Amino acid sequence: MSWVIFAIAAWALGWWINMRLARGRPVRWRSLAAPIVFGVTLIAIWEGVVRGLEISPVLLPPPTAIAARFGASLDILWVDFVQTVLKGALSGYVIGCGAAFLIAVAVDRFPFLQRGLLPVGNFVAALPIIGMAPILVMWFGFDWQSKAAVVVVMVFFPMLVNTVQGLQATDMMQRDLMRTYGASYWVTLFKLRLPAAMPFVFNGLKIGTTLALIGAIVAEFFGSPIRGMGFRISTSVGQLALDLVWAEIVVAAIAGSAFYGAMALIERRITFWHPSQRN
Amino acid sequence: MRQSFAPVLTVVGLLLVVWYAAAIWLNADWAYDKARRAGEVVTTTSLIKDTWAQEKPKLPAPHQVVAEIWRTTVEKKITSKRSLIYHSWITLSATLLGFGLGTVLGTLLAVGIVYNRTMDMSVMPWVIASQTIPILAIAPMIIVVLNAVGISGLLPKAMIGMYLSFFPIVVGMVKGLRSPDQMQLDQMRTWHASAPQTFWRLRLPASMPYLFTSLKVAVAASLVGAIIGELPTGAVAGLGARLLAGSYYGQTIQIWSALLMAAALAAVLVGIIGIVQRVTLKRMGMAR
Repeated sequence: MSWVIFAIAAWALGWWINMRLARGRPVRWRSLAAPIVFGVTLIAIWEGVVRGLEISPVLLPPPTAIAARFGASLDILWVDFVQTVLKGALSGYVIGCGAAFLIAVAVDRFPFLQRGLLPVGNFVAALPIIGMAPILVMWFGFDWQSKAAVVVVMVFFPMLVNTVQGLQATDMMQRDLMRTYGASYWVTLFKLRLPAAMPFVFNGLKIGTTLALIGAIVAEFFGSPIRGMGFRISTSVGQLALDLVWAEIVVAAIAGSAFYGAMALIERRITFWHPSQRN
Repeated sequence: MRQSFAPVLTVVGLLLVVWYAAAIWLNADWAYDKARRAGEVVTTTSLIKDTWAQEKPKLPAPHQVVAEIWRTTVEKKITSKRSLIYHSWITLSATLLGFGLGTVLGTLLAVGIVYNRTMDMSVMPWVIASQTIPILAIAPMIIVVLNAVGISGLLPKAMIGMYLSFFPIVVGMVKGLRSPDQMQLDQMRTWHASAPQTFWRLRLPASMPYLFTSLKVAVAASLVGAIIGELPTGAVAGLGARLLAGSYYGQTIQIWSALLMAAALAAVLVGIIGIVQRVTLKRMGMAR
């Protein structure tokens, strides 16, 4: 019972602090503190409710148990991280985004193909491409190559569509100005059109980060060696070792956020001129 | 619209050509192997013929997949477990339920975020962070856990669809509800409009274009969620189950037909929302 009271108290305290934070002037530390308070409150409520209502750890383990498990099985988590994120997701992400970018630049030279590719690419980007996973696992075997292939297919079309769109982002005036300078195709591409396309390119890159992780993990459900985050999740669910599953989820969340954050940082450095980056 | 017709057809045609060529290339090994054991000589025509008509090819040719879809939709009764329409319906119902729940949740969250500063500051970052968790990856756990508490069938799959589809709705609706500029808001104030009136007469109508764009993304996401949600249930029913069963037994044609069916489903759902969007915006006088 005391745990339930703890949960309610945590909720009230968190709400009160955030009310105070929201009322003041919006300075930087306040806007950083509010979500942190919210997150800590959520975890405290989770802990209190699980312990107070005595929910079986098979259904939902309390955060402290997950943290303990996380600390105890760092070596397993690291092996899985290397297998899934570094080998599977990252290599597929680089290949997929790189290929899509190059093809987009190539397609951009032919307006005819471009007009045909945009609708088709948009359509394919909305498809449940993750369904390709079993086929690709069949083609490339169980190891990380097949996971990278799934990631390539998943990130390819969002990246392609965004880059093609980005390359059209310059207006006639700007292109005409380049022509009056006597600039060649390549000079126009590198000095004007690629920089102008960068906000769109980064949009594709950022969408790709989460897709890459999802693709790499889900592909492991269709067959994998005895390591990897997807493998660990599906087998641990079978063994009802939910604390290990949650530990893997924490790793995935951290990796996903770090990946996305890294892309957002690079974007801020490169597209510093864009209105959305200026405060 | 009409001027992009020919280019689109060209691109689709190119894709088909690549597909057929890849089918020859990928299935050639098996064709050669078979011919060697039968003691036959492989000619170019026989090779092409064989690679396009294998029973368990590495990559089935498009016409094989179309034939399989025809066989499992038109020639089977809808109630039959082998009918693709039966499986599509199961996936579709989970998709729609998840999409509906996600839309309601997303809209409510967006209204809260726009009208309540506390929520704006504390919830919005977590809405974004929630999407960096690869929910599809933990879908099996959610299904199993919900099963253990006695919730099974449609709802667990719909929950995954909801989780995936509420995010685009929140982001789009927050943008949309904030799209009326200061002038318009001031105008409402000079008319002495109450807060609900401002919401119903200005903010909500102004958010419609944003809402429809988000709805398209959300329904596609919800479909993916439903398909993935069907994987861990032991391949009972649904398009996801067809995928998994196909991958267990090496039935590539079955996998591809389920994939194409999912693609068609996504296209139809997005298309319907597109039509509703056009009609609604026209009636509201917002058509571009």
